[in-house]
Amino acid sequence: MAQAAHAGHAPEHPTSTGLDNRKLLMWIFLGSDCLFFGSLIATYLINYGKSLVGPYPHEILDIPVTSVSTFVLLLSSFMFVLSLAAHTKGDYRAFRVWVLCTVVLGCTFLGFQVFEFQQFVHEGLTPRTNLFGTTFFTLTGFHGAHVTIGVVWLLSLFFLSLRGKLGPDKNLSVDIAGLYWHFVDVVWIVIFTVIYLSGVVAGAKAAGG
Amino acid sequence: MATAAIAHNPVTFWDRVWVWLTTVDHKRIGILYGVTAFLFFLLGGTEALFMRLQLMRPEQNMIPPETFNQLFSMHGTTMIFLAIMPLSAAFFNLIIPLQIGARDVAFPRLNAFSYWTFLAGGIMLNTSWFLGGALNAGWFAYSPLTGLTFNPGHGVDFWAISLILLGIASTAAGLNFIVTIVNMRAPGMTLTRMPVFVWMTLVVSFLIVTAFPVITVALIELAFDRAFGFNFFNVTAGSNPILWQHLFWVFGHPEVYILILPAMGIVSEVLPTFARKPLFGYMFIVFSGISIGIMGWMVWAHHMFTVGMGPVANTMFTLTTITIAVPTGVKIFNWIGTLWGGSIEYKTAMLFAVGFIAMFIIGGLSGLMHAVSPSDAQQQDTYFIVAHIHYVLFGGSILGIFAGIYYWFPKATGRLLGEGMGKLHFWLTFVGFNLTFMPMHFLGLDGMPRRQSTYAADMGWNLWNMVETIGVFILLASLLVFLYNFFRSGRSGQQAGADPWDARTLEWAIPSPPPEHNFDTIPQVHGRDAFWEQKHPHAVPVPAGGANGQLHPAEHHGAGHEPIHMPNPSYWPLLVSVGLCIAGYGLIYITHRSPGAFGLNLGGLAAIVVGVAFAAISTFGWYKQPAAGSEH
Repeated sequence: MAQAAHAGHAPEHPTSTGLDNRKLLMWIFLGSDCLFFGSLIATYLINYGKSLVGPYPHEILDIPVTSVSTFVLLLSSFMFVLSLAAHTKGDYRAFRVWVLCTVVLGCTFLGFQVFEFQQFVHEGLTPRTNLFGTTFFTLTGFHGAHVTIGVVWLLSLFFLSLRGKLGPDKNLSVDIAGLYWHFVDVVWIVIFTVIYLSGVVAGAKAAGG
Repeated sequence: MATAAIAHNPVTFWDRVWVWLTTVDHKRIGILYGVTAFLFFLLGGTEALFMRLQLMRPEQNMIPPETFNQLFSMHGTTMIFLAIMPLSAAFFNLIIPLQIGARDVAFPRLNAFSYWTFLAGGIMLNTSWFLGGALNAGWFAYSPLTGLTFNPGHGVDFWAISLILLGIASTAAGLNFIVTIVNMRAPGMTLTRMPVFVWMTLVVSFLIVTAFPVITVALIELAFDRAFGFNFFNVTAGSNPILWQHLFWVFGHPEVYILILPAMGIVSEVLPTFARKPLFGYMFIVFSGISIGIMGWMVWAHHMFTVGMGPVANTMFTLTTITIAVPTGVKIFNWIGTLWGGSIEYKTAMLFAVGFIAMFIIGGLSGLMHAVSPSDAQQQDTYFIVAHIHYVLFGGSILGIFAGIYYWFPKATGRLLGEGMGKLHFWLTFVGFNLTFMPMHFLGLDGMPRRQSTYAADMGWNLWNMVETIGVFILLASLLVFLYNFFRSGRSGQQAGADPWDARTLEWAIPSPPPEHNFDTIPQVHGRDAFWEQKHPHAVPVPAGGANGQLHPAEHHGAGHEPIHMPNPSYWPLLVSVGLCIAGYGLIYITHRSPGAFGLNLGGLAAIVVGVAFAAISTFGWYKQPAAGSEH
């Protein structure tokens, strides 16, 4: 099993590619999820600038606050890299510390999102207000749902490890959860660029011109 | 484990039901898919029968227009999502693990989950008939016709939510079969030694996992618009409802190939077996299948030539659509090449396979006619389009699926389907099909619009409409012959033995029906047509398919000498599907709505909470249960 050894962990059964079935499943699922977010982002872009009434993106988006929450989410990815490394080395205490940090940062991101949604509703933007509201809440809402699932997943890993059920044979389970978590972060980078950065830049240009 | 004990020794009737409810065996799941999908096929056929009775004579009032709208909408949805796709899935389940020399699919419980979720979605969709009326906006449900303004009932909601469920089922199955085919092949079964049916299943699975997220997003947007007053397709808020058409057809055209490629795979197995020749141009057939899969993503807007996309877009999509005929033509020439000079034996399966080629050519040619956008402008929304879709989906997919049923029935049951009745079935189908759908070409070119519940007597359409309805009755007769043959042969048909057709692929190397673990020892594959080579090692050389002597990773592992671990039966997949179904009904009834006002419906919310909690707890049970257990 030269290939499997090279990949860092032996799959449960020998497979034709040497890649574990579950890991392959996760990779293809993430490919499928790309098209899910791709369609939502396409919907956002097609309806961009088509709202008939305000609030418009550049009036309401708060770049500094969202930059902080973006940084928090990216930091959580870094924490998960550390936790996987700790698990691979067999340092389960460190694994639990880092995975808990990841969960806390993930929850912080979600807290920012809840705060932001409340703020927008307060300022008069709901999904029913205009096309921006409809597409914004749907896209970021589904991303938030993905983060929530990830938080529950990582918490379950934490408790499994606490009960001693996440030994060296379960390294792959941690690895696969990491694939999902990093993917959700990458999607946020796209969303942050498409909705927040370009929305405000375009709005500023319109205001200046 | 009690479940496992019952599985090996069912005593009472309820034991036997329990075995089917908890099964994770790919062969049993395949049979469940096949039987369920065939029942839905009969349901969709009944809907068609009612429409043809209404259209038999001009100016009839047997079926009111509103019911007629529901009939054609549900006929299309049922045939595509509940009949042809799951009939193909039945073959994936039954045959793929056998053809690649595996003991099961990669994720047996996920496979059971796919089936139960498909069943839940199918039942949910059809309960709409009794809960205020079914979808009435056509199977592609164009916006804004599906908006609350024009469609205040719950039919559209039922359609959207059950299609999301069906999408979850299909995506799970697609993921499962990609991993199975990529990872679970027997030692020596390199990619270029895989049977063509396995290749086509792989391409279809990739299309499923990439196309279904797109329609899921479209359906979510539609459901949110209707349930919560979002603005995705709300023209008064400035949106462009053409977005629905784009999202739908970006999914919808790959979907067309999801429907036809499995039949092409089946035919590529049947033709060489009964022509007694290796498949002509294996690599060409495989690569044309892959390129159809890729190019299927570049042609979606040919469904939208008349919405006003402009000459540049129309020209581009005309070009891509004409180009996709090239790999399709390559396949057809290779099938003819396979027949050329063969010792052809016209068993029923072969008749259906050859019928597939002939009918699919007609459907493909009419497709080329409306690939040309100015010509399509004349044909749009006429019976010409209806004729085309039925020549590719009935003359193509369904004839291919029947070829597969006659070919693999003996493998699944151990008995042959009666040949005499089979041939009668084929000829009735062939004649009835052409009587029903050929005149639609004439009517369509003469301007008869589709989706109208009646027509004036002086239009000159009376004769052909009468002929079409007679054709439907011949098709009905052919189905009765088939059902009779199916039940009689299943009970007392001729014993098939392991290899009744003297075939080429690995599923015929094991007894019929196969034992639960499929292969006593995992076979070692040395070439394409693996079983033929085992039977005739010194006869005419079969193509090796890929470099011989190149060691397969799994070959290191001395497969076959280890104890056989079979997956445990499990009821958790069924319970997860039940949870999703409850939550789905909750989503349909999440709000009370009157124009401009949306009030939360606590009953709907409760159903969502209960359903999601039920599914989550069941997923936890699924996770806790060991996957594999008892040794044989």
